[in-house]
Amino acid sequence: MALSIPYLLSIITFLPLLGALLVLVVPGDSAKKWLAFGVSLVTFVVSLALLLNWQDGMAEMQFVEDVSWFAPLSIRYALGVDGISLFLVLLTTLLMPIAIYFSNLFVHDRIGPYLALMLLLETAMIGVFLALDLVLFFVFFEASLIPMYFLIGQWGGQNRVYAAVKFFVYTFAASALMVVAILLVYFSAGTFDIVALQGAQLPQTIQMWGFIAFALAFAVKTPLFPFHTWLPDAHVQAPTAGSIILAGVLLKMGTYGYLRLAMPIFPDAAAQLGPVVATLAVIGILYGALVAVMQKDVKSLVAYSSVAHLGYVMLGLVAMNAVGISGAVLQMVNHGLSTGALFLMVGLLYERRHTRMLDDFGGLWHSIPVYCGFFLVVAMSSAGLPGLNGFVGEFTIMLGAYNYMPIFAVLAAVGVILAAWYLLTAYRKMAQGEITKPENDKAHLKDMNFKEVAMVLPLVLLFFFIGLFPNYFFDKINPSVEAMVGATPAIVAPHASDAAADDATFTGGSSQSADKGGH
Amino acid sequence: MFDYAWLLFAFPALGALIILFLGPWLSQKIVGWIASLAVLSAFGVALALFASLYALPEEARSITITYWEWMTIANFSVPAAVLIDPLSIMMAIVVTGVGGLIHIYSIGYMDHEPRYQRFFFYLNFFILAMLILVMSNNFLGTFVGWEGVGLASYLLIGFWFAKRDDQYGWYADAGKKAFLVNRIGDAAYLLAMFIIWSSVGSLTYAVVEETAALLPTTTLVFITLLLLFAVSGKSAQFPLYVWLPEAMAGPTPVSALIHAATMVTAGVYLIVRTGHLWDLTPIVAQTVGWIGILTAFFAATLAIVQVDLKKILAYSTISQLGYMVAAAAVGAPGSAIFILVAHAFFKALLFLGAGSVMHATDGVIDVRRLGGLRHKMPQTYITFLIGAMALGGIPLLSGFWAKDAVLAGIAADGAFLIYSVGVVTALLTAIYSFRAVFLTFNGKPRDMHVYEHAHENKLIMVGPLWILAFFSITIGWFNTPFALAMEEFLSASTGHQEHVGLFLELVVVTISTIVSLFGLLYAWARYIRGEHWTLTLASWFAWLQPALDNKWYVDRVYDAVIVRPLAAVAGWFARVFDPKVIDGAVNAVGDVTVDAGEAVRKLQNGAIPTYAFSIFLGVVVVLIYFIFAG
Repeated sequence: MALSIPYLLSIITFLPLLGALLVLVVPGDSAKKWLAFGVSLVTFVVSLALLLNWQDGMAEMQFVEDVSWFAPLSIRYALGVDGISLFLVLLTTLLMPIAIYFSNLFVHDRIGPYLALMLLLETAMIGVFLALDLVLFFVFFEASLIPMYFLIGQWGGQNRVYAAVKFFVYTFAASALMVVAILLVYFSAGTFDIVALQGAQLPQTIQMWGFIAFALAFAVKTPLFPFHTWLPDAHVQAPTAGSIILAGVLLKMGTYGYLRLAMPIFPDAAAQLGPVVATLAVIGILYGALVAVMQKDVKSLVAYSSVAHLGYVMLGLVAMNAVGISGAVLQMVNHGLSTGALFLMVGLLYERRHTRMLDDFGGLWHSIPVYCGFFLVVAMSSAGLPGLNGFVGEFTIMLGAYNYMPIFAVLAAVGVILAAWYLLTAYRKMAQGEITKPENDKAHLKDMNFKEVAMVLPLVLLFFFIGLFPNYFFDKINPSVEAMVGATPAIVAPHASDAAADDATFTGGSSQSADKGGH
Repeated sequence: MFDYAWLLFAFPALGALIILFLGPWLSQKIVGWIASLAVLSAFGVALALFASLYALPEEARSITITYWEWMTIANFSVPAAVLIDPLSIMMAIVVTGVGGLIHIYSIGYMDHEPRYQRFFFYLNFFILAMLILVMSNNFLGTFVGWEGVGLASYLLIGFWFAKRDDQYGWYADAGKKAFLVNRIGDAAYLLAMFIIWSSVGSLTYAVVEETAALLPTTTLVFITLLLLFAVSGKSAQFPLYVWLPEAMAGPTPVSALIHAATMVTAGVYLIVRTGHLWDLTPIVAQTVGWIGILTAFFAATLAIVQVDLKKILAYSTISQLGYMVAAAAVGAPGSAIFILVAHAFFKALLFLGAGSVMHATDGVIDVRRLGGLRHKMPQTYITFLIGAMALGGIPLLSGFWAKDAVLAGIAADGAFLIYSVGVVTALLTAIYSFRAVFLTFNGKPRDMHVYEHAHENKLIMVGPLWILAFFSITIGWFNTPFALAMEEFLSASTGHQEHVGLFLELVVVTISTIVSLFGLLYAWARYIRGEHWTLTLASWFAWLQPALDNKWYVDRVYDAVIVRPLAAVAGWFARVFDPKVIDGAVNAVGDVTVDAGEAVRKLQNGAIPTYAFSIFLGVVVVLIYFIFAG
């Protein structure tokens, strides 16, 4: 019998914010570090109550909180969690203590504001995944930008200002479009309620414009080819913890938004433009992988690999069947764990060698075998080795995609080969071969210590757990996904809706779609 | 007993975990024995399962045990389940039996290796993955093992990851190549599964077998063609065989275990396991037959000219795998498994013999520097000779019966062209087998320094040689044309194979005998006696020399057509297209809006006002829209 906590979601969301304020107030770096880590850890433990109290088989929102916020526009403070958002919340609360712990070990410059920003970021990210009101969603979505902007701009590498501004302007410009679309939706459907909007059946034109605006915002965030170029810059310049969170969680706000908002609110448009998105996703898979192969900077390589991996996630979503979408939801978590771990490993090496250039390494397996062992497992998880987490997601995504349009699955399968190419190439240059530089030999380089292993180990154990027992996750994800696929007819049978879409083409179908909206 | 089938996996898993976590505090011998005992225990389990299975009536010899539901979404579901039937248990016995012997041998072979812990960890992990591969009851479970053994292979080929030489280049690169080439096949395997699930609604072998006949031919052709591609990767067939010769960079026990006896036969296993699909697509089956037999032939031509003993054996393995693949596809799946089992013994024996030579000569494996070693290493010599006789198809040894079963099966199927290529290949096989023996062990020493230092190895290495030699002779007797015990037992899994008529059988046996004995004679006359006629005969084929030296140019063609263009495209993407074109466009847009420097200042001074203004602008636009649209 699990204990139930009132206002659980609000607690999870705002505990980090409270922590952020306290961190600023508390004197002494050491106290700040312990406080920040403690708060993030407590948040994680509290978030586990979601699992303990979870109602299996339930498709609807759970732990719902709903109070009026701004009555004149019927904006509400509404939070809730379902199978789609559950593990994204847990991913956030899990990665954050790890990222903060890493920062505590290695960041020495203005640690107070740094940690406060990290915790502020956590609140924003959790808020995005829990918000059930469009305005609330948008507030959190935008709020996440600011801490990350400062984390990159203030604590980043040499070219940090350019990267931070690019990150901010690019994603901000895209979400400015979303504001317009949100108002469009509100005036058309009369509500900001995300759950209610799922069955809104908006008029065709509204759907089309709304979908394009939302999809663009999320495409930049994800990032989908060709909107990805801010990502390598941001990653290369960001401090390690920033990269872990950026890749691990922040990018999922794009794919999550696409799944939670763009697809169900504008189902017809999503079905019609699905092939376009799928094409970009598949280009991203292949292109991201090929560019990754050629990278000399490990962080840049992992950044491009994220473009490829999130291409898979988008492909699964666009497939619009339960297998593809559930796979994509799990793959969001997988990518967060695997790529988060990759950035963590890269960060550990950077703190030792103060370089990330592949050519500066070589033969590390001689000097730091434990590190190289962990790196290999993480790389294999990222490469989708069966038995580990990444495979389950990729396989179900491609299976879903095959049932959508086979050609996309064929091309995505090629991406599986390329993934092995860039990861093994990186591993070859880093771990294998001879030691060519004295800085890399046993005398100069320390292997991972207990604290560092403790950071990576939980992630690695999860790789195996998800890889071997994915149904623990699917059991909770599936009901919500299946309900969603069932609730919006366009998703269950994309080909059937093509016929309807043909009647109501983009330019000429406004009258007909207006009829539809009238029901 | 079937309740305890999980022990089959538990033992190697436990061995691997013990070595991983406790290895640093244990000596090389203890780690080696832990690993060996883990595999031998699994062998015991496999034998017990075999006995339990044998005790059942023939039609009941198929036991499925579901451990848990692996992944389930809507109507898609795959269990983590094993299928215990004659085929899988036969494979498990070979994997753990031959594997166990090779583990023990490795204790002696790797006695000077400082990273023994890692070596035995990899070996146990390999056995675990291989058992998952053969025991799974569905395509996806097999795929777990399929990629798992690939990972083990990658790690073990590149075991000496800091080593390079003229033969292999960087050893680590050889491992990488193996993994990547295999991944090409794996991608095809994935696609085959997508088609199977989408058309059958299940990935379980039994369900697929039941429904296969209902599928449209096009679907079946796609499935089998994709599986063929997967098989050609794992079992080193044309066009994906190129990784195997370089895989010899790995320690020799690895070559014996993974790249000869077990992993590379996974493709053959897959074809036999899915035999019903191939029966329904005779066109693809014929194609596979041809690919197999031509791979067998061309690999044999290359085996004849190799000077590295391990490379002779590597090409020989490709060649023998070609026989298996051909037989598996062309209506003789039982025979395919028969030669698979026989080959596992005699090829493991030959590789371990080669390893014994390497161990005694401090790594010299170039036959041009060997010779006369029979005096120094009599036990290795005799056992190696037995292995070569089995490989060369000398009558009464296992290889003879196995090859005969394959060729007779192919001939009985009416595929006489394939059969005749098979016979020519058999001749080449006999020649290169004995060439390897004679150049290494007979004649006079060609490098006295090497010769002087050579010595016979300890019992821990020689013992496994004798055991393997014993089975290389006798394993064939379980399946002579007159008492097909093994094929009968397997038929519950493979379906009943047509019996070859007595007349045809006698013709095939006679031809096989003549061919193998002529090969022996030729090798003897040329490499021991140096008789003139052999050179004359060889000179007829001198025009082939450049092609053989360049391995039929296949690697070069791949390099020119695939590898380089792809790298060039990737390089252009990374250096020009991404930074200049895509990012250039992004930056240009940024420049048009505001001067970049100014943007920095504006943002740093007042991100929030800009932001508020944008939202305000958005609201206005929407309001205008509704006012005018409404």
